[in-house]
Amino acid sequence: MSEHDFAHDGVRTARGAAFRYLFALCALLSIATTAAIVFTLLYDAVDFFGAVGPAEFLLGTQWSPTNEHTFGVLPLISGTLTITIGSAIVALPIGLLTAIYLSEYATERRRAYLKPAIEVLAGVPTVVYGYFALVYVTPALDTFLPIGTFNALSASIMVGIMIIPMVSSLSEDAMSAVPDSLRQASYGLGATKFTVSTSVVVPAALSGIFSSFILALSRAIGETMIVAIAAGQTPRLLDLTDPAGMFLDSVQTMTAAMVQIGQSDVVGQGVEYQSLFAVGLTLFVITFAMNLVSEWVASRYREVYQ
Amino acid sequence: MAPEDRLETDGGTATGTAFGRVSRRKDVAFRYLTLSAALVGIVSLAVLLANVAVDAVGWLTWDFLTRQPSLRDPHEAGFYPALLGSIALMLLIALVTFPLGVGAAIYLEEYASDGPLTRFIQINIANLAGVPSVVYGLLGLGLFVSLLDLGFGTLIVAGFTVSLLILPIVIISAQEAIRAVPDSLRQASYGMGATKWQTIRNVVLPRAMPGILTGTILALGRAIGETAPLIMIGAPTVVFGAPNSLFSKISAMPLQIYTWADQPQLEFQYGVVAAGVVTLLVVLLSINSVAILIRNRYQRRTGQ
Repeated sequence: MSEHDFAHDGVRTARGAAFRYLFALCALLSIATTAAIVFTLLYDAVDFFGAVGPAEFLLGTQWSPTNEHTFGVLPLISGTLTITIGSAIVALPIGLLTAIYLSEYATERRRAYLKPAIEVLAGVPTVVYGYFALVYVTPALDTFLPIGTFNALSASIMVGIMIIPMVSSLSEDAMSAVPDSLRQASYGLGATKFTVSTSVVVPAALSGIFSSFILALSRAIGETMIVAIAAGQTPRLLDLTDPAGMFLDSVQTMTAAMVQIGQSDVVGQGVEYQSLFAVGLTLFVITFAMNLVSEWVASRYREVYQ
Repeated sequence: MAPEDRLETDGGTATGTAFGRVSRRKDVAFRYLTLSAALVGIVSLAVLLANVAVDAVGWLTWDFLTRQPSLRDPHEAGFYPALLGSIALMLLIALVTFPLGVGAAIYLEEYASDGPLTRFIQINIANLAGVPSVVYGLLGLGLFVSLLDLGFGTLIVAGFTVSLLILPIVIISAQEAIRAVPDSLRQASYGMGATKWQTIRNVVLPRAMPGILTGTILALGRAIGETAPLIMIGAPTVVFGAPNSLFSKISAMPLQIYTWADQPQLEFQYGVVAAGVVTLLVVLLSINSVAILIRNRYQRRTGQ
């Protein structure tokens, strides 16, 4: 063995170590991204709360940043809630039933075609869904409902269709993870497939299903283009005496309000511009919390069956 | 219990009990209910796509693809700057996300030990994948536009912003591809005296590359449809030329579609936008078929 070989080994080790640190930096970039999100949101939101006050922002019932300089976020949360409830009514039952079909009824062949076809729904750009809602769904609903050009209903339907795959994919994963012995035991007692699916598989996979629901609703809350195009720009508080009217007319969500401010000329400083970050922070906190909860619920279920 | 008894109740044959027959009917009804639920989304999307395809006829011409946009005359409206903007954006995003995403995935799968830091990074990546895209737009506005002063709506700001947005997806799919490489291959490589980096470069990466490419291309497909972050970083809704530097202001296909959808004339809403939507979907479909081709070729090879 010559010295040269050892020197070469040294170079190899040094190079290996260099790559290790390089790759570690790439992984740490994800933490830096989260830190940067929190920092940029807080940076302007702190100034905003200095001028407006958190109580006025969180409890105010008027959102009119440009005309009356009122910054109550409740109408926006109310609009977001409307869309989220509407899309949940569409996506949760359809997604769950789809998952039951894929996991319990479909043949291997049929699942091989259906699953990717359903996942296409999540890959369609949301601006396209928004356009569909405005130009095809709203006129179709208009033939039998007293509906506005911009309304929460068609936006909800489209957001619902968009999040179906999120519910069905994750719920199916949870159902497929239910041990087959549970199904066999149930069949052995004379149960039909209906009973096995609804009384054994779904309850056993419940935490995975809940986790998929939370994740899908979080996605619906953060959805932007569909609501910006189809639901309109009318910040309104939820009127409990007329919940149907809330769906038939225009509402404004947190995300749509952000797009509206982002498109206006309020660049750089000013309370309006900073309100963008306050709303963004609210949205980020809500969705981040929901994602964490979803993760936590799902991990509880993983522990049970592995 | 004899197997025949079980079958009788389960199958609900003519000799079955009343209980068996009712259950069987309910069972069949439920099967069709779940099947129709599975078809609801697909069928609605198909109907909407058929509508948009019909509306695009006559509007989706070579002139449309090569002209400048117009907000006044729908018959003069073109898609050229938005189309090129989207392509330039996608190339930049690919250049940024591929090395960063694969690097992070290699670290997490090959180097990192299963400690609290690794778990923290992992949960963090999963959560980043769920952060609304409009919030990434604010990140781009605050960090790249305000702090680093890279300019409103420039190619570089748009590229960096959307890169950060799809990075978690690229990392997660690259991790899955690397995890799928059998450990025996690594052991064989170490047995030959290879270092960790040599094993990763010569054994793990070549084997994981089809999966990594598939995931990255699918993520790029998502990037091409992103609109909200571009609005937040102040990308202009109408641009009259192709980008010629990293600091050119750019538009993109979805942004142009959003602007046109806002126009009151019906020719915009039902003609020009439909043509834009079809173009966007065709580009998206082509990108995704490349991903599927790579996956299929790889599957066939491992099948042999």
